[in-house]
Order: sequence, then structure tokens, then C-alpha cells
Amino acid sequence: MATDIPHQTTSETTAGGELVRFEKVTKRFGATTVLDRLDFTVSQGKHVTLIGPSGSGKTTILRLLMTLLTPDDGRILVDGQPLDAEVRKKIGMVFQQFNLFPNMRVLRNVTEAPVHVLGLSKDEAVERAKGLLEMVGLGGKLDAYPTQLSGGQQQRVAIARALAMRPQVLLLDEVTSALDPELVAGVLDVLRDIARSTDITMLCVTHEMNFARDISDRVLMFDEGRVIESGPPEQIFGAPEHERTREFLSAVH
Amino acid sequence: MKTWDWSYTGHVLPDLLRGLLVTLEATALGSVLAFLLGLVWALALRTPTRWVRWPVGAVVEFIRNTPLLVQLFFLFYVLPTAGITFSPLTTGVIGLGLHYSTYTAEVYRAGIDGVPVGQWEAATALSLPRRRTWIAVILPQAIRRVVPALGNYVIAMFKDTPMLAAITVLDMLKQAEEAGAESFRYTEPITVVGLLFVLIAYPTSLLMRALERRLGN
Repeated sequence: MATDIPHQTTSETTAGGELVRFEKVTKRFGATTVLDRLDFTVSQGKHVTLIGPSGSGKTTILRLLMTLLTPDDGRILVDGQPLDAEVRKKIGMVFQQFNLFPNMRVLRNVTEAPVHVLGLSKDEAVERAKGLLEMVGLGGKLDAYPTQLSGGQQQRVAIARALAMRPQVLLLDEVTSALDPELVAGVLDVLRDIARSTDITMLCVTHEMNFARDISDRVLMFDEGRVIESGPPEQIFGAPEHERTREFLSAVH
Repeated sequence: MKTWDWSYTGHVLPDLLRGLLVTLEATALGSVLAFLLGLVWALALRTPTRWVRWPVGAVVEFIRNTPLLVQLFFLFYVLPTAGITFSPLTTGVIGLGLHYSTYTAEVYRAGIDGVPVGQWEAATALSLPRRRTWIAVILPQAIRRVVPALGNYVIAMFKDTPMLAAITVLDMLKQAEEAGAESFRYTEPITVVGLLFVLIAYPTSLLMRALERRLGN
């Protein structure tokens, strides 16, 4: 409770300030150090994209934020509070493999958590879900099962499902990597819309450099568990300073 | 002497069918018990608390590795000495259910393990409570894929019900035995019992196989 801890920052005081903060975060898998005393912050409402070679620790950052992993050292603050199960409710995630619940219809995939986590009534949750599914272009698929949808449609449902929780931060983990090429554009268009029309903070791992250029306020270039370069997309894509960034960008283009 | 007496067959058939009802009843109730208890074991064996996991694991292994008949005798002859008495049929149902629950536990375990890790991760990402994750996400998917395997254990249990004759349950075999003891003719009743088992078990196993194919897609 805020009154018990007067010095604690509340979400009001950090509005426009930093929403996500990594402080000297280290993550090892066995003998491999995936993240090495990583420091970085993401400000409220900003769209930050993580780029870099596979295995450079980008996805690990998202998984740490989602508490799917715990850091070996350092700490992670979200909205000024140490990350725990309660704080995690401010974060939503869209996965590379969609991970929709195959035993539920599309509508229930989107209403399940708002009803059972946020305590919305069934009607409120359905209304919210219908609005979001409409927005991602799937208003006509409410009663379909995930397996009856294309990969691109499934991923758009997954986006609606994450947004239904009204998260402050949306994590996007290579959300187009598992899609057939012709389905990528539809998903990215939806995300561009969301980036433009909402004030949601986005933290995005992607290999779609054009998309990263379009939506990002800031791009972080990762290599071997560290941020080796960061800046606005024009700078990172236009005039990268670091040799590794230049190598990486020429390899993916 | 005739090798097969049709009129005698007709004479014993009503008793055998009465026995069949008992057999089916024992199988149905035993299955329900095995399904529920097996799920309890499977979930208990996944708790992070080793004070739950180890004792349950020991009990499950013990039950799985002792013969059903010994367990039935224990329930029927030994428990009453401790003041716990059930009817023969209830004893049989408990014995069958308990014994087969150690197998269904394994089936559930495989089903739960088969649910992709991404489902757990999605549940975490939505902050679904643990309980809700199990009830709404994991178990529906796990159980769906193990329905045929559970069905096969029902068939196995069905074929084990004659053991209940040993604890005086009037199942099909016991009825056949009594009919035989009365008339000194065992050929007809025992043969009919065998046929009735085939008539029920074989179509059921075909059904399970069909179900397996359907759920496989």
C-alpha cells in the first residue's frame, strides 16, 4: 500500500517517466552468460525495439520481464516497483508461436483472463473482446477455434488477447517469425495501428527491420548480452557507429 | 452325452446376465474412482512440496507393484479386523479403482507433459491464477489427448472384474461358477461368460482406436 511506503513511486508520478528499468541484470544459462550486467530503461509510451544476432539475449529480456525467467543478479523495476506476480499484470506479451488456447474459441481466448484475473463481468469482457477482435480484423471469427485460423489470424487474436488485459507494456517476441511471408504484413499493420493510436509502451524483438524503423522511438542493438549501440531508428539504421551493428544490418538486409 | 446343451444355456443365461450387470456396475464405478484418484495422484506428484510428492509416490508405486488379487483380499479380509467393513461389491470397486488409479495417474502425467510449454507461458503472461490455469487451460488439453488411453484401462479393468468373484461378489464368473456347481455342467456358463466379455470388450476397444485416430487429428 502506498501509504505504508511513502517513498515508493506510484504510476501517476512516473507518467511520462520510465516504466521499465533493468539494473545490472545478469542471466546465465549454465556456463553461458546471456545477459551481462545489463542496464536499460524504457519510458512510458515509447516503442523500443531490440535487434541483434540470435542468441544475443533479446528474447531473454522479454522472458525476464514476463517472469518466465528470473535474473541471476541485478533487479528489474516496472513502474518503480520490483517485478513480481502483481506488477506483471501491467505487462502483456505476444509470442512467436501465438500460444492461443486451442481448447477455447477465439472469443473465450480473449475473455478468459479479463474475467478471471481482472474480475470483469462476462458481458464487459465480451464487449471488450469483440471491440479488440474487430480492431484486429477478426470480428467475424469469434466462434472459431484457433486451429481453424491461419497463423496470421491466430497471431492477431493473440494480440487482442494481450490487449484485453489493458497492459501498460506490450512485449512482442518475434511475432512474425513463425508466419508464412504473405501473412506477415497483416500482423504488422495491426501493430502499427496500435503503436500509432494508443499510448501503450512497446518492447519489441524483431527481425523485421522495416517494421522496427516504422514504429520505434529507439532501437537497441544487442550483441553478446550487452547493448552495444542505441539510438533513434534513423541513426541505428542510417548511420550505425558500431562495426557489429553494420555487420548485423548488412546481414539481415 | 451332448457337448453343448442349448436348453441348459437358456436356463443359466438370466443369472449370467444378472452377473453381467454387476460386472458392468463394478467397472463403471471402479473407472470413476480410478479417473478421479489418478488425477489426484498425478497432481500430487507435481506439487513442489516433497512432503506430498514422496509419500504419494511411494503409495502409488506400492499399489502398482502388488497384485490386484492380493489387494482385494487385503481389503476384504484384513480391513474388517480393524473394524472397517464394506459390502463385497464396494470392496471390489475400491480395489479396482485404487489399483487402476495408479495407472491412470501415469496416463494423466503423460497427457499433462504433452501440453506444450507455450500454454503455461501464455497463462503466465495473462497472470491466470494457478488453479485457473489447470482447470481452464492444461487439464482440458491433457485429458482430451488421453481419453483413448483411459478407455483402454477401462477395458483392462472390465476384464479384471472376475477377480471380484474371489471376494464373493456375484459377478458373471461367480454366477457361472455357481450355476456349474449346481448342475455339474461348466461348459455352457463359462463359455457364455467368455463370449459376453468378447462381445463387450472388442467393440469397445475398436471404439477407442477410432477415438484415438480422431483425436490424433
